[in-house]
Amino acid sequence: MAYSEKVIDHYSNPKNVGTLDKSKKNVGTGLVGAPECGDVMRLQIEVDDATGMITDAKFKTFGCGSAIASSSLATEWLKGRTVDQAVLIDNMDLVEELNLPPVKIHCSVLAEDAIKSAINDYRKKNGLEELVFEERIH
Amino acid sequence: MDGGGHERGMRSGTLNVPGIVGFGKACELARLEMAEDAARLSKLRDKLENSLMQLEETYVNGNREHRLPHVSNISFKYVEGEGLLMGFNKNIALSSGSACTSASLEPSYVLKALGLGDDLAHSSLRFGLGRFTTEEQIDYTIKSVSDTVLKLRDMSPLWEMFKEGVDMEKIEWSHH
Repeated sequence: MAYSEKVIDHYSNPKNVGTLDKSKKNVGTGLVGAPECGDVMRLQIEVDDATGMITDAKFKTFGCGSAIASSSLATEWLKGRTVDQAVLIDNMDLVEELNLPPVKIHCSVLAEDAIKSAINDYRKKNGLEELVFEERIH
Repeated sequence: MDGGGHERGMRSGTLNVPGIVGFGKACELARLEMAEDAARLSKLRDKLENSLMQLEETYVNGNREHRLPHVSNISFKYVEGEGLLMGFNKNIALSSGSACTSASLEPSYVLKALGLGDDLAHSSLRFGLGRFTTEEQIDYTIKSVSDTVLKLRDMSPLWEMFKEGVDMEKIEWSHH
């Protein structure tokens, strides 16, 4: 199948690959997907407690090129946003930016889930109520 | 019987004469060269397998003794097959054992019948060698595949967990 240039670019030069210290209270970690399904994403955010701003974001992904590109792009978009703004990132924005074909939309859904899961982990660690999101069918 | 009633009504249709001659020639070449080709390809295939197995957590799928000489299926644990292919599919034509491109996300049923778990089946590549495959191409393939496996493991959360000794069986994965 043909990958878009943007997917190839993120695959060849992924942004923000790495690991943040999850023992820190201001680091939220989201781990979504399953090895048996062929994709697992781990996305982490580091938040400035005073401003609610996401100062750093890292990912590691096991999956196809579109899954790697979706998570790489997600970390780029997260940096510099507040946690409240980050919740609003929609998987269809990722689909549009990366020109993902229909069979790869689940990669973008997974990235959105990873963002929300990381945010909830951060909220939980800081005594905030976890946000409830609508169930998605992948 | 549909058709123009050729061959005295025995069989309709015009025979594909160039195809028949070509098939005859192919059989002749196979008779003359198959044994030699099989020996040459087995050697190249073994070199490919043995070199790639230098990578950690890499497994040749299927029986290594009772087999065809020109095919190899290898799992590179903790990297996903389709993502792996993308690292070199401009220059090397291979296929992955996983079907992430299809809506079903089902990995190869053949590999599963051989006893592989879904995770290893998602991490497999199928290599096919042919009469025109050279040793130089095998060396190139070994290098390209090894480099990509190492690169993708560096960005694989599963590889990191494996290296840290995390028991992945105990993680509650979000199946989707």
